[in-house]
Amino acid sequence: MLPAERLERVSSWGGATSAMSWVYRPTTVEGMRDVFSLARAEGRSVGLRGAGQSYGDAATNAENVCLDTSRMTRILDWDPGTGRIRAEPGVSVRQLWQYTIEDGWWPPVVSGTMHVSLGGAAAMNIHGKNNWKVGTIGEHIEAFELLLPSGELVRCSREERPDLFHAAIGGFGMLGCFTSITLRMKRVHSGLLEIEPVPVRSLDEMVDTVEGRLADADYLVGWMDTFGRGAGLGRGLVHHANYLPDGEDRCAAQTLRVVNQELPPTLMGVVPKSMMWALMRPFTNDPGVRLVNEAKYRMSRFEGHRRYRQSHAGFAFLLDYVPDWKRAYGPGGLIQYQSFLPTETARAVYREILERSHRAGLTPYLGVFKRHRMDPFLMTHAVDGYSLALDFKVTAGNRRRLWEHAAALTRVVLDAGGRFYFAKDSTLTAPQLERYLAEERVQRFLALKRTLDPDALLQTDLWRRLFTSKET
Amino acid sequence: MPTTASWRQAIVVGASSGIGAAVARRLAEAGTRVALVARRPSELDAVARAITEATGDPARALVFPHDVTAGGEVPALLQRICHALGGLDLLVYAAGIMPRIGADEYDLDKDRAVMEVNVVGAMAWCNPVADRFARAGAGTIVGISSVAGDRGRRGNPAYHASKAALDTYLEAVRNRVARHGVRVVTVKPGPVDTPMTKGMEKLPLLVSADAAAAELLAGAARGHHTVYVPAKWRPIMFVIRHIPSFVFRRLDI
Repeated sequence: MLPAERLERVSSWGGATSAMSWVYRPTTVEGMRDVFSLARAEGRSVGLRGAGQSYGDAATNAENVCLDTSRMTRILDWDPGTGRIRAEPGVSVRQLWQYTIEDGWWPPVVSGTMHVSLGGAAAMNIHGKNNWKVGTIGEHIEAFELLLPSGELVRCSREERPDLFHAAIGGFGMLGCFTSITLRMKRVHSGLLEIEPVPVRSLDEMVDTVEGRLADADYLVGWMDTFGRGAGLGRGLVHHANYLPDGEDRCAAQTLRVVNQELPPTLMGVVPKSMMWALMRPFTNDPGVRLVNEAKYRMSRFEGHRRYRQSHAGFAFLLDYVPDWKRAYGPGGLIQYQSFLPTETARAVYREILERSHRAGLTPYLGVFKRHRMDPFLMTHAVDGYSLALDFKVTAGNRRRLWEHAAALTRVVLDAGGRFYFAKDSTLTAPQLERYLAEERVQRFLALKRTLDPDALLQTDLWRRLFTSKET
Repeated sequence: MPTTASWRQAIVVGASSGIGAAVARRLAEAGTRVALVARRPSELDAVARAITEATGDPARALVFPHDVTAGGEVPALLQRICHALGGLDLLVYAAGIMPRIGADEYDLDKDRAVMEVNVVGAMAWCNPVADRFARAGAGTIVGISSVAGDRGRRGNPAYHASKAALDTYLEAVRNRVARHGVRVVTVKPGPVDTPMTKGMEKLPLLVSADAAAAELLAGAARGHHTVYVPAKWRPIMFVIRHIPSFVFRRLDI
C-alpha cells in the first residue's frame, strides 16, 4: 500500500484536467531509483514531472506515482569560457539565465515562460521564437545522463548512444528520467535586444511579414487578434527582435545584470502583478477579450514601427508578466490548441481554423504565430512551416463542445500534413493519430520504449490517451 | 451545477441489492464508471452483468467483494479501486441491515451487527475517502441513512440508534471537509421496496428502489446536504421530530 500522505492533486498547467497521484520529490539519483523500485513493488507506473508547465496531461499520471524532479535544482558545472553548463533536471530556465547572464550568456532556446524545468524542456524538446533559425533546445544539448526504467544510468550524446540521444530528447519522459543535462549557451553582448513591432492587417500579411524577415531577425513572433474577421482575419502584431552586436551596447556590463532583466513588479505602474490576474478576470470572456484585443491592435497601428530596446527576459517571457494569469480563466481553466503546418498548407488551414472557431462560437482568446524548421529527433513536433497556438477558455458548459470542435480542427490539420506538440495537447485521441503512429520514426521510438521499458513503468495520462489502445 | 453525468468514477458500497444496486445502475447508465462493493460476489456479478447489458460497456462496472465489517481492509482496497477506476469523484455508502426483532426482544448480537454494518462500516469507508477528497479539493460522499434516525421508535432501538449515529457522523465529517470543497450528503429515505423491507406490513409512502435512487442522486447533484426520499418526508419528519417525548411514547408510530 502506498502512504496516504503522499497522495496529492496534480493538475495540468491549464487547469482543465487534474489527477490524484502519489508524489515523490527525490533530491538524488539514488532517490529517483528508489521511486522506480517502490512503484514497481506496488504495481504502479511512474509519471515524470518537472515544473508542471505542460498545458495538458503530459505530466500527470492518475492513481499512480508521480516523480517530481523540482527538488533537483543543482547547477553541476559552469564554464563561462565556453558557455557549457551541466545542470540537474529540476533547474528552471529562470535559474539558468540568472546563473549565466552576468557572464554574457543566454539560453539558446527559451519558452514563453521561464518557469519550465530543464528536464521538461529536453523531454518536450521545446522551441522558442527563434525556432526557424536555431532549432529546438535539443539541438543545443551536448549530452545528458538518463536513468532508465531498469535503474541503469546511461550517458548519451551524439557520439555515445546516438539512437537514445535522439529519442529521449522529445521523448516526453517515456524512456527514462534525465539526471543531468549539458547545454551550450548562447553568447550575448548586451542585456538588451533591439525590437521592432510590425502591425499586420491580415493573416496573409502576418505570414508575409514573418517570411520576409527570416533572414534578418533573431526572433520573430506574431500576436494575433483572434476576434479579427473578414478582411481583418488573422490581423495582429509581429515582433521582430535582434541581438545587439558586440560593442553596440556601451553599458553591457550594466544591462547584463540580473536586476536589469527582472520583469516589472507592477503593471501600468500601479497594479501589483500578483493581483493582476484578478483584475483580468472580468475581461476573460468574449466581449472583454474582443475589446482588449481591439484596443491592443489599434494602439499598435497608432504607434506603428517605432523601435525600442528591451531586456532578454522582458522580451522572451511575456507569459510571466502576469503571474498566475491562467487563473483569470476561472475554475474551468484553459487549453491550448497549437497546430504545426507546412508552409504550403498553413495559410488555408489557419484561415479555416479561425473561421470555424468563429462559426462555432468558440473564439480563442490568444493567438500566437511562429516559424519553425525540421529537427532530427524521433518524436519531433516540428515542420518546415508555421505554428499557431490558440488558447481556449474551458467552462462546465462548453467543455464537450470545445473537445468536439478541437476534434474537427484536428481532422483539418492532419489532412494538411500538420503535427501537434505534446507539451500543449489536451484533446487528441489515439484513433486520430493512426497515421502519425504508423510513421517510421514513431515506430522506432515505440520499439525503443518496448526494449527499455518492457513493463511500461514510465507512463502519463497523455501516454495512455494517445499510445495505448482503447483505454478509457 | 453538477449533474449526475459529472461524476466520472464512483464507488457504491452495498451495491448487491436494494438502493445500492439501483444507485449503481443509475450512475452507470449516466456514464459513470462504478466500483460495486458488497459481501456476496454472485449477486454483485449479477448487478455488473445487468449494467454491462444496459450500457454495452463491460468496463462500466467493476466488482470488488468485501465485507464492510472488515474495516481494516478498506484503505488498501480503496487504493486498488481508485487505480482500477482511474480516479474517484463519488462514494455512496448504501450498506445497511435491519434484523427483525420481537417487541420485547433485546439481543446484543443483533444490535452489535447493526452498529457494525450501519455505522462502523460507514466510518471505515468514509474516513479514508474524506481524507482523499480533502487532498483532492473535490468529491462527494453520500451516506444512505434513514428517516429512522430522526426519532427513537419503539420497534427497533438499535436500528434507529445506528441511523442517528450515522446522521451525526456524516454531519461532523461534512463540517470537517466542507472547507476543502468536499460535499457530504445525508440521504434519509422512508420505506423503500427492497429486500430489507420485504414482508413488512403497514409501510407508508413506499417507493421503489429505482425511484429512490433517482431522487437521491438528483438531490445530491443539486448540492443538498440532507435529502429526504421522497421529499414529503421532510415536512412529516419535521412534525414528528417536534412531538414531545411524553406524547411520542404514547403514540403507536
